[in-house]
Amino acid sequence: MTITHTKESATRLLRFDRVQRGAHWANATLFGVLMFTAIPLYFGTFFGVVFPRHTTEQIHLWSGLALPLPIIVSLLGPWGRQMRRDLRRINYWTRHEIRWMKTLGKWPLDADKFNPGQKLNAIFIGAAIIVMLATGSMLQWFRFFPVPWRSGATFVHDVFSYAIFAVVIGHVFMALTHPESLRSIFTGRVSEKWPEANARSWLKEEQPEVDASDPH
Amino acid sequence: MVTTTSEPAPREPLKRVAVGRRTILGLSALGALGIAFGNSVQNLLGSAFGSGLGGLLPGGDRFRIYSITGAFPKVAERDYRLQVSGLVDRPKTFTLADLKSMPATSFKKPFQCVTGWRVPDVEWEGVLLSDILATVGVKPGAVALTFESYDRADSESLTLDQAHLPDVIVAYRMLGAPVTTEHGGPVRLYVAPMFGYKSLKWLSAIRVVNTVVPGFWEQNGYPVNGWLDGTVGPTNPDPSLE
Repeated sequence: MTITHTKESATRLLRFDRVQRGAHWANATLFGVLMFTAIPLYFGTFFGVVFPRHTTEQIHLWSGLALPLPIIVSLLGPWGRQMRRDLRRINYWTRHEIRWMKTLGKWPLDADKFNPGQKLNAIFIGAAIIVMLATGSMLQWFRFFPVPWRSGATFVHDVFSYAIFAVVIGHVFMALTHPESLRSIFTGRVSEKWPEANARSWLKEEQPEVDASDPH
Repeated sequence: MVTTTSEPAPREPLKRVAVGRRTILGLSALGALGIAFGNSVQNLLGSAFGSGLGGLLPGGDRFRIYSITGAFPKVAERDYRLQVSGLVDRPKTFTLADLKSMPATSFKKPFQCVTGWRVPDVEWEGVLLSDILATVGVKPGAVALTFESYDRADSESLTLDQAHLPDVIVAYRMLGAPVTTEHGGPVRLYVAPMFGYKSLKWLSAIRVVNTVVPGFWEQNGYPVNGWLDGTVGPTNPDPSLE
């Protein structure tokens, strides 16, 4: 059988649906804006170079308050089916996955749709959103908190921001060195060969889904 | 009850662990602990490693630089003037050289911002505000001081009693160097027992007046007496906070 170009693209696997892509890029944009505005706010000597401090603060504040929205909106509602499925995938780990993570990838593993490293990245971002939103709110509405708590919140906001910079740089590096995976966050799709090398366990799971009788 | 036959058999017989939920709860708990005890941890680290730690941590000197206007007034050292006027016997305009010729006071004290960040063990050097007041001579009936900034936006106030505290200085050196423009140089106020907003930057004028005039931050809701322990009275009841 000859596979035409169109047929081939039709049989490509859907890795991220439109809702997930939208959520990813909305979330990435907010993180980008927050990290960009964080630099002059943190390193005072840069400030004035980009925007007046007040403008920078306001952009940082409102982007921060909007931060949980892409994930919440994409998860709730009828459009979030695949998002919710992948959330479960990211949440629940097999012992094999835990062992793979503990040995930093040395343990052989038929990876799920996301490998444990990718899952950990998503989990960390989820935790970071909660912690940064909580501590950031304490810094904004400081009057309601005793001074040692304000100092503690500053400390936590700082430490997590270092971690976020490290994780996001790592995430972008991995994306740039894995072109097909990177393409799928734009197009949504990967070739049928992709899971064989990257997500064998997902491939096994997806096969029956080609048959439309699956009610799920 | 009908059992659906289309229910797929579990493909993964292994027990699954909610690593995601656990990690998120764990990191959030860590964050909460950091809020509650981060201040003590920082102080502990600070006293264990000395002031050198501030330089090792990302963020340089750990100050967050604020400016009301969004700009830094640049005043050359030789052009700097401090006008002292109002209810005084001998109004005087001090140059930087005038200030440096007066007895210097130096100490290491923290800078505590009202929003929570704190820089421990900052080196400060300057002239006691009380020495400046003694030089010009305060007239009877004087109650308070108002401070003006080269940024033409910020202003501050202190009562005469507060101005005579031994750790309230007109500073021309901090962090072991002349006060930089970002930090309010060439000359700024440093009011050790109060929150950072009381330590006005780019100090240009002091007026001795007969009533407390709330400054810029006070007009924006901060306490007029910005004592570090949060009390609102005109004198700090707890000298250990200094």
